[in-house]
Amino acid sequence: MNLTLNIWRQDGPNAQGRMVTYQLADVSEHMSFLEMLDVLNEQLVEKGEEPIAFDSDCREGICGMCGLMINGKAHGPEVTTTCQLHMRSFHDGDTITIEPWRATAFPVLRDLVVDRSAFDRIIQSGGFISVNTGAAPESHSVPVPKAKADRAFESAKCIGCGACVAACPNAAGMLFMGAKVTHLGELPQGQPERWARVVKMVSQHDHEGFGGCTNTGACADACPKEIPLDVINQLNKDLLAAMRVRG
Amino acid sequence: MATQTLLKGETTARRTTVFMKVLMASTGALFVFYVLMHMYGNLKIFAGAKAFDEYAEHLREMLVPILPYSGFLWLFRVLLVVALLVHAYAAFTLWSRANSARPQRYAVKSAAKGAARSKMMRWGGITLLTWLIFHLVQFTIAKVNFNGAFSAEALKIDGHASTGMLVVASFKLWWVVLIYLIALVALGMHLFHGVWSGAQTLGWTNSARSRKLAHTVAHLVAAVVVIGFAVPPLAILAGLVTGK
Ligand code: HEM
Ligand code: SF4
Ligand code: FES
Repeated sequence: MNLTLNIWRQDGPNAQGRMVTYQLADVSEHMSFLEMLDVLNEQLVEKGEEPIAFDSDCREGICGMCGLMINGKAHGPEVTTTCQLHMRSFHDGDTITIEPWRATAFPVLRDLVVDRSAFDRIIQSGGFISVNTGAAPESHSVPVPKAKADRAFESAKCIGCGACVAACPNAAGMLFMGAKVTHLGELPQGQPERWARVVKMVSQHDHEGFGGCTNTGACADACPKEIPLDVINQLNKDLLAAMRVRG
Repeated sequence: MATQTLLKGETTARRTTVFMKVLMASTGALFVFYVLMHMYGNLKIFAGAKAFDEYAEHLREMLVPILPYSGFLWLFRVLLVVALLVHAYAAFTLWSRANSARPQRYAVKSAAKGAARSKMMRWGGITLLTWLIFHLVQFTIAKVNFNGAFSAEALKIDGHASTGMLVVASFKLWWVVLIYLIALVALGMHLFHGVWSGAQTLGWTNSARSRKLAHTVAHLVAAVVVIGFAVPPLAILAGLVTGK
């Protein structure tokens, strides 16, 4: 298939960016979206132009590096990561507009690459449990009810890709945080730091310049891992409980 | 640019955006209660202007003699005004935060319901605020009669100015009814999202069942409020309610 691509180009963090249009011919529908960009980059290099910078790592949908805004949708038209998106989701003659995530807390580094370290700092502020190192404890010594284990697992599927922020009209990071708070809060190991965790994470989130939540659900619709909206309810609930417990 | 630093020192829940939302949700819940009561009270106009006035009089006598005459009414008014200031303050603060959280817009506007809902709440809220000022001046503060067909004498019952008659006179004008219908559309949409959103903010939607319930209640409250408030003005315009 032949495609017209509108791609955001930006030389550096403080440079003025612009949309540039490229024509790409003979794209196979079996290619992944990133392979399609690889082909375009090869052609650009051959012509002596700068290749388009974009992020990727695992290319199997588990690392969360590859987020792109494709035709106004985070990770494109399917419920999956950009690396797992295939060109069969597009048609011959399509125009595809590709932009980086847009959020103050995710500054553009170059072209389509953004700095998502704000998420790392949110995790650093409270998205962990403290354990003494040494021999691993017997895994069956702490029983976990099935329903809680399932919900923790479902929430642990978050790969930190940032699509929720990218899709949110307020650029809020609530689904990401809600996933962590729910994942750790459902498990016995997460209890000692539970109330401090939610307050610290939300405070860091606000400090990073993310917006506030308006419960629109745009995040959950965009999430490649189908993290459900109710993790945000859990986050709110934990914050209210933290106010009661911690004052 | 991101701040690139880890927040130092004590953090408190009360300084978070989530707490702002909690303020908005709890003041919103008070408004929902008030609006439902108000709507119910308005239906009294079907029993005539006199019954309507008596109902208003009862409100002033509530909790007398524990409180002085009109005491409860004034306490409630103060509470509502404070709640409104808190609600609007939180709304505008979060609005401006959302704008600075994404200064650079996407080239492709997403058709996602998210953006539409946030716009609907914010611009709808401003519509409500503007209408509220008009409404209070019209019926409470200045008691303005726009309808020249009703003389000051015609608006009196037993020698006293009647609010019920003022209501009837006002809604005989199509443009007054239109203003109210527009405000009701804004209110209905606000409740449609707001009641659900408030439930989620307060942490009440943790199961699939409670989530569904919150949506159902939101749609129900929105429908009941819009219909309940729209019926009296429409009935008056249609000549079904004469007042006396
Ligand atoms: C002064 C005019 C008003 C303004 C500017 C305003 C603005 C807003 C905004 C921007 C939101 C947040 C929307 C969101 O989270 O998506 C909101 C939420 C809400 N509003 Fe209002 N509003 C006003 C009046 C009212 C009235 C009269 C009612 C009740 C009848 C009401 C009930 C609610 C409820 C229940 C919420 C949900 C709170 C939450 O999201 O947690 N508001 N309002
Ligand atoms: S919640 Fe979903 S969209 Fe958000 S960072 Fe995690 S995986 Fe990505
Ligand atoms: S490259 Fe790892 S999730 Fe896409």
